[in-house]
Amino acid sequence: MAEVALRKVVKRYDDVEAVRGIDLDIADHEFIVLVGPSGCGKSTTLRMIAGLEDITDGDITIGGDVVNDVPPKDRDIAMVFQNYALYPHMTVAENMSFGLRLKHYPKAEIKARVTEAARLLDITDLIDRKPKQLSGGQRQRVAMGRAIVRNPKVFLFDEPLSNLDAKLRVQMRIEIKKVHQKVRTTTVYVTHDQVEAMTLADRVVVMNKGRIEQIGTPNELYHKPATRFVAGFIGSPAMNFIPCRLEDVGGKLNVRLTDRISFPLPPARAARYSALPRTENLLLGIRPEHLTESNAHLEPGVETFDTVLDVTEPMGMETLVYFGLEGTPICGRVDPNAGAKDGAPMRLAMDLNNMHLLNEATGAVL
Amino acid sequence: MSTLAIDKGGPTRKIKYRSMSRDRTWALRWSYFFLVLFAIFSLIPPIYMLITSLKSSAEISAATNPWWVFHPTLANYVELLTSNQFLRFFWNSAVVSIVVVCVTMLISIPAAFALARMKFWGSTTLATGVFLTYLVPDSLLFIPLFKMLAAVQDITGITLLNRWYVLLFVYPTLTVPFCTWIMIGYFASIPKELDEAALIDGASWLQTLTRIFIPVALPGLIAATIFAFTVSWAQFLYPLVFTTSIDQLVLPVGITTTLIKGDVFNWGQIMTGALLGAAPPLIIYAFLMDYYIAGLTAGSTKG
Repeated sequence: MAEVALRKVVKRYDDVEAVRGIDLDIADHEFIVLVGPSGCGKSTTLRMIAGLEDITDGDITIGGDVVNDVPPKDRDIAMVFQNYALYPHMTVAENMSFGLRLKHYPKAEIKARVTEAARLLDITDLIDRKPKQLSGGQRQRVAMGRAIVRNPKVFLFDEPLSNLDAKLRVQMRIEIKKVHQKVRTTTVYVTHDQVEAMTLADRVVVMNKGRIEQIGTPNELYHKPATRFVAGFIGSPAMNFIPCRLEDVGGKLNVRLTDRISFPLPPARAARYSALPRTENLLLGIRPEHLTESNAHLEPGVETFDTVLDVTEPMGMETLVYFGLEGTPICGRVDPNAGAKDGAPMRLAMDLNNMHLLNEATGAVL
Repeated sequence: MSTLAIDKGGPTRKIKYRSMSRDRTWALRWSYFFLVLFAIFSLIPPIYMLITSLKSSAEISAATNPWWVFHPTLANYVELLTSNQFLRFFWNSAVVSIVVVCVTMLISIPAAFALARMKFWGSTTLATGVFLTYLVPDSLLFIPLFKMLAAVQDITGITLLNRWYVLLFVYPTLTVPFCTWIMIGYFASIPKELDEAALIDGASWLQTLTRIFIPVALPGLIAATIFAFTVSWAQFLYPLVFTTSIDQLVLPVGITTTLIKGDVFNWGQIMTGALLGAAPPLIIYAFLMDYYIAGLTAGSTKG
């Protein structure tokens, strides 16, 4: 087990810069998830750590040693691929022991390790089967088993659950988390699914266009996003962004959303934003769960407004409501018993204690 | 699927289902009709060969029904199989074909692996080039090849022309390009992650080739092997040009040159020799048919 560090790592393909100088420190035992839309450079970053891609510039260290020019087999890493990449002509046991056999481990030790990994992953019964005879979830377990038996310094996962159906994905997610709790190997996990990122990671690295947007714990990213990209990427349904301006009304700081709607900011927020220029184009970032039905006892900082709903989506435990504010589509989450109906007027409450204010031009959260 | 259609649908669905089944039946009947027609068409020559091989020379030249054997005899078979000359041809053919298959595989497998997986400068052009060489017909190549080998013989002093082993140098010019080409396709259909997994597991390129690629691509390799064997076994032009002495001949040339004396055709023995000559490829095909088909249709379906 080991810590991994990336220092100003750059990957350039001919004229395309896939990774643009990223710095990342991964602690020993840590579970790091790289998340971002396709083409953000997350897989390339993982493959550079694995040694499957050369790095154009910068340094990668594993356990304190610079591994820039070390071939994959000498980096002491194990990788789990999206399409499992099991050797089709070998049984589960042979697949898992292939790396150990190449390194000429004693037979008894190979057997012990394979048995232990199979027990850990609950695939003991499948040990003599060929990959063709396994389901997707079982294949993924075998792929993980192949990684575990090597007892490497670092586990690398490249979108391992993307080929599984939704139900199995949730199950395997829990499985991966359990395995990590048991073996505690430093893990770098790549996914485009923010739910996977949030649920698995000790820390999440949000990447966009070859750069790191923000690194933080799942809760930090959710509650304190640094940029509009992170705010919009993390959370489902996504955060709403409403064009707005600050204005002073009767000695109080207000945020004006439309000609009709202007809300006074709660004192804590007002103090934080008071120095901002009043003429600047800003965005009010508010998550759907902070746009709920109005009720009789409103907390301080919660303001109400009337709107006409476009569409409602009953989800069972909640109902998602969609409406427009001067052309900006907005999503809110209301109680299923609040009486939300398609095309019906409704009074909604916005919890400004949980608002974010963003610079429209730069996308920075203020 | 058919039961699903019945369960789900009302009367209208049922009618549709029935008509679909009738369509299918007719499609099947037509396919059988044409397949049988084609099978008869392609089986007539070998059957004729078999019939003729069981006749004596007298019966062949007699004005009787050529499709019937009135006095069956194995004399032609006995004569050929006890003739040292014929056995020599057979032996030459076998040695040449087996060695050529081995040489072809030894060159083609690493070449195809390199061209399919190791991206190096000019690898794509080289892969196309390999295939283009296969497109040049051997009837154009034999004269320059002959001149080349004659020059090599003059320079080195090693006798090559009119020796059976010259074919070991000549045949691979036909088999290597094609086998390399089909194996490039087969290797390319193996997911990239598989060699990356092997690479991370600690395999060298050679280990990746021998322990992952060759076993996974086995149907393709067998298809290529069969191809190389068939080409070597049935090649006529090159042995005709490069070998002339009776004891250096391979089967196809041997049969035609020794059993046709002037304008006298020993039809019974020619047919027997051709049938015996067709036996080894036939046996190989029969045993490896499944692999052969799997190899040729590789990548057409999700494996």
